[in-house]
Amino acid sequence: MSGIDQSKIRNFCIVAHIDHGKSTLADRIIEKTGLLTSREMQAQVLDNMELERERGITIKAQTVRIIYKAQDGEEYIFNLIDTPGHVDFNYEVSRSLAACDGAILVVDAAQGIEAQTLANVYLALDHNLDVFPVINKIDLPSADPQRVKDEIEDIIGIEAQDAPLISAKNGIGIEEVLEAVVQKIPAPSGNPDNPLKALIFDSLYDSYKGVIIFCRIKEGRVRKGTQIMMMATGAKAEVVEVGYFGPGQFIPCEELSAGMVGYITASIKNVKDTTVGDTVTDVKNPCAEPLPGYKKVNSMVYCGMYPADGAKYPDLRDALEKLQLNDASLHYEPETSVALGFGFRCGFLGLLHLEIIQERLEREYNLDLVTTAPSVIYKVHKNNGEIIELTNPSNLPDPTEIDYMEEPVVSAEIMVTTEFIGSIMELCQERRGRYLGMEYMEETRALLKYELPLNEIIYDFFDALKSRSRGYASFDYDLKGYEESRLVKLDILINHEEVDALSFIVHADSAYERGRKMCEKLKEEIPRHLFEIPIQAAVGGKIIARETVKAMRKDVLAKCYGGDITRKKKLLEKQKEGKKRMRQIGSVEIPQKAFMSVLKLDDK
Amino acid sequence: MLSVYIHIPFCIRKCLYCDFLSFPAEESTIEAYVEPLLEEIETESPKYAAYRVDTVFFGGGTPSVLKAGHIEHILSKLRNCYKFTEDPEITIEVNPGTADRQKFEKYKNAGVNRISIGTQSVHDKELKVLGRIHNASEFFETYRMVREAGFDNVNVDLMSALPGQKAEEYGATLRTVMDLKPEHISAYSLIIEEGTPFFDMYGTDCSGTEQSLCLPTEEEERLMYEETGKVLSKEGYYRYEISNYSLKGKECRHNIAYWKRYNYVGFGLGAASMVENVRWRNTAELQEYLNAFRELKPNGKALKNIKEEIQHLNLNEQMEEFMFLGLRLTEGVSRAEFLKMFCIDMEEVYGTVLKELSEKGLIECSERIKLTQYGRDVSNYVMSHFLF
Repeated sequence: MSGIDQSKIRNFCIVAHIDHGKSTLADRIIEKTGLLTSREMQAQVLDNMELERERGITIKAQTVRIIYKAQDGEEYIFNLIDTPGHVDFNYEVSRSLAACDGAILVVDAAQGIEAQTLANVYLALDHNLDVFPVINKIDLPSADPQRVKDEIEDIIGIEAQDAPLISAKNGIGIEEVLEAVVQKIPAPSGNPDNPLKALIFDSLYDSYKGVIIFCRIKEGRVRKGTQIMMMATGAKAEVVEVGYFGPGQFIPCEELSAGMVGYITASIKNVKDTTVGDTVTDVKNPCAEPLPGYKKVNSMVYCGMYPADGAKYPDLRDALEKLQLNDASLHYEPETSVALGFGFRCGFLGLLHLEIIQERLEREYNLDLVTTAPSVIYKVHKNNGEIIELTNPSNLPDPTEIDYMEEPVVSAEIMVTTEFIGSIMELCQERRGRYLGMEYMEETRALLKYELPLNEIIYDFFDALKSRSRGYASFDYDLKGYEESRLVKLDILINHEEVDALSFIVHADSAYERGRKMCEKLKEEIPRHLFEIPIQAAVGGKIIARETVKAMRKDVLAKCYGGDITRKKKLLEKQKEGKKRMRQIGSVEIPQKAFMSVLKLDDK
Repeated sequence: MLSVYIHIPFCIRKCLYCDFLSFPAEESTIEAYVEPLLEEIETESPKYAAYRVDTVFFGGGTPSVLKAGHIEHILSKLRNCYKFTEDPEITIEVNPGTADRQKFEKYKNAGVNRISIGTQSVHDKELKVLGRIHNASEFFETYRMVREAGFDNVNVDLMSALPGQKAEEYGATLRTVMDLKPEHISAYSLIIEEGTPFFDMYGTDCSGTEQSLCLPTEEEERLMYEETGKVLSKEGYYRYEISNYSLKGKECRHNIAYWKRYNYVGFGLGAASMVENVRWRNTAELQEYLNAFRELKPNGKALKNIKEEIQHLNLNEQMEEFMFLGLRLTEGVSRAEFLKMFCIDMEEVYGTVLKELSEKGLIECSERIKLTQYGRDVSNYVMSHFLF
């Protein structure tokens, strides 16, 4: 493999707004270059997690190497790095971009530029990538390629008039895209004889090989036997194998050298040793300094995860352990709740990440989970000068010990058609947004800029945004920093007992409203018992809202007609089954889903 | 012993709350139904050679839409093919407006000795709301004819918690019916079942309905239910089951067979059976049922099996049923019978449940386990505890 001509390598990625056809284009490229026959093609080869395909999103970065015979008669090596499209995975995206030399920007011919288009393209430009646009879905009746081209030039400021017009779904214009990759994306640079400097952009755990590091060799070379070191974590290991990415398989090779994208295995047992963004170098001949841009990824959103069946606690622990092997951004530590028993406080990059992990635990590990309301990290400044990073509302110190509190704030960009500007601004206002400005993209669309507290957007902001704009608004955000805020802990008491798993932190001004809604919601969720159950919301011991679940005085009596016992039994079974999914708090049985009800308080 | 249930799935018009297997049908369909029914009774009979029939119950639908001659046919077929006990209870359900004096006399001659009149209410306003085909005076007329025909064992079906019903109105219904002195009164509360017109009208909320037609609140419903017990017990009616009241010795034996898990076999469309701890039900597809006996196999069996949902009850299921069915009866269940039937002490199986429920005041435990009054009010809650 040594002696590969760098000028024949193209390392690139595809960036797009969600649903604009990124993964479909990737599939077509793979198919066109003959790597797989269409019979072997399963729709969206790169999204290989069941969940990814179902949701139509890319969660993990995926990489594939393909050979393309260009019109100039030469064979080119394409390394296509498919990146996650969601804002939760921004850092992963940025590291994947850093492994590329150029990017294809896919824009939907009907929808035009969306919030994530902008976010991703700016990210790519920040990494000095050469970006060229393609207009996808040109066969849609509503396609308006010329308008979209103009939009790209006006808004992003990149040349778009000769952008390939394609339909990834129907295989139209793919050849043109491949040629453009050869023409418009620069070949990598870097000297194979310099000390090794490779960027980790992803890693994967394999039970036989250990951690598989996905990397882009920026300088130098690496081969079997090279003693390597991860510069940020300091972990050292001896390379067992290097290779490149076939579709769905790893193909070993002799050596990876500057400009190449491939993998390294070195019997590393822990993915934490190989964090994304870190630089790999040669222990014997180290490079002077690591590649720029490495940062430790921090969780933005925390929640408690508990097995519905307490006996499944060890299973949950094992499952989290296994998931973490492949997802270094997942954090968890054991915690105990009076209401829910033993479980874990888990940290995620964002709400989507949370949902994905939750769904994978339920699906791949067959666990029934109770998840508490997600919380952001609050900074609690105590009177004694101590600062606590609070991830679990239950751990909030006594208010008398608190000097002040800070909460994370994001800067958000919302792209919306002009007719919905009013309702979206209203939404942002309700969520304590600070209006920063608005830019008209074209006559019918505007980009709204707001600063929003993160805790106002982690619940259901995205849903609310979509429903108030009939699905047209798109949204992107960036963590800006921490700001002082008047925050209080809202406690819920059921039958006069405080239920720790239902407590959450809320802005003082919305405490009353949220408390009231929460009580109403819980009243619906908690079945009637033989006795009356008061549900109360309290702030600092003061009751601010109350509802009552009335005692059950009589239950219905079906006439058992003609000896049809089966039906009667089904009724009783339903009642009994319902009981199993309950949590016992004192003498009250609370359904599992009540713990999630805090999530859905926006009823507009 | 064996109880026989015969299902007649026809009615003049479906009531708005009804979710039983019943529908209006052409005269010719009704005629055509009797034939396979007679076939089924005959072809099944060899299996029951060792049993003696103690009760027969014609239920529906409205069995009285059949001609009296059909009932005669069916009963004589039964007598020809099955052995009977000496004094069998033979009941037919009738709806006011579907039978006249002559019909009742024919029933009597055919051997029917118990009449169950479904009236549900004696207020015209309520009958209209329910979508019944008759008015109150037709009920009184029917009741009179039944007595004149010489029946000395009569049940009246009543329903409480009707839309717009007040406790006083229900009380008045009870007293009016009681004054007629039927031997037996069945008093159920209205249940809004999915798939019925009532479900669309009252099922989710009643904000769309007039105030005067709203369903009673749960508390009102409970008051009516309590009222039933109070009013009836004064006049010597004994509540032998959650919703059934009778004069001494006039309990419905057929009904009790269900709660005591005696063997019963159901004939006709959709009829349910339980024989020696096997439960099943007949097909609910009319065409399938009508065709099933067109041709018989050489061994005399039906060409097509119409038995569905066949379920062999395991020991746990038998114990569950023993408890939750038996508890419907005022006398409750007996520890000794449990031991005899399952060869295991009830305490060993249900000790914790019994303790919990009796601590909550829902059941009384001695040799017999019985629901308390409170336990009857929330009987589903209590009974669900006995499921495994």
